[in-house]
Amino acid sequence: MSEPAKNIRDAVATDLEAVIRLDEIHTGLAKPDYWREMFQAYVMEQHFGRNFLISDVAGEMVGFIVGEIRTWEFGSPPCGWVFAVNVSPDCREGGVGSGLLEAICQRFRKDGVGTVRTMVSRNDGLNLSFFRSQGMTAGPYMELEKSLGQG
Amino acid sequence: MRLQKSTQFALYAVLELAADPERQLSTADIAARYGISAHHLAKVMRRLVRAGLIQSVRGVGGGYRFSGNVRRVTLWDVMELFEPDAQGVEDDEAAIGTPISQALDNVRAEIDDLTRATMQSITLKSLLKFAPKEIDDELLLRSI
Repeated sequence: MSEPAKNIRDAVATDLEAVIRLDEIHTGLAKPDYWREMFQAYVMEQHFGRNFLISDVAGEMVGFIVGEIRTWEFGSPPCGWVFAVNVSPDCREGGVGSGLLEAICQRFRKDGVGTVRTMVSRNDGLNLSFFRSQGMTAGPYMELEKSLGQG
Repeated sequence: MRLQKSTQFALYAVLELAADPERQLSTADIAARYGISAHHLAKVMRRLVRAGLIQSVRGVGGGYRFSGNVRRVTLWDVMELFEPDAQGVEDDEAAIGTPISQALDNVRAEIDDLTRATMQSITLKSLLKFAPKEIDDELLLRSI
């Protein structure tokens, strides 16, 4: 039996609750305020280079990806950034994440950039392995940080 | 980063076998392909069998076959079998805790963390997917 077709489309306002739920499943932390702000900035308002894409199967959301073109941030020429990608646990290893990443990369290409970049926690094996499986490798920048201690 | 010889041999063998899990290869086949010591590789293969990454196939045309999951096994899973430092074994000759040695240890720990995260993120399938494809000799000959 063939798998139901996966459809990739732009997010709409009614996707908000499903996105909050899916993110909570993956991270264990509900962030409704954060996602409301993201929806306002990436879905309700139109900005060049911003993309919030949804993958659905038979009308049910099974994954999403969020990204944006940033210019000269950290001294970098224009580059597509992926901020979040998430796939429903029931649908993993079925090409949903690959399809979403390819779709957002196509948007970035169409908007004139030739590089896509992301940042992943070293402890997030799932997402690290996913991006690696898509051919992404360590880039020319290093993230540095320090604790600010007590003020 | 410099890997122990055993680790390199293990990675060659596991990846060569994982590229086609149906295929059986002998130690001599793999050693010849990579120009490495068959004797040393034989010891490595026994360790890989004990770890469950490959299995020994007896009989005519016997050899070894991959027995792990290419989508799950990472380079780290192979590496940690052969790298003593990967398992947190302390260097016997390390200086006792002076401020300078501690600061150097912090740098080493930072590098080790990055190495571990990198090796843990690359599955055998991912590495094989992006390995350059070998030129098909027959195709090349036909095109001349």
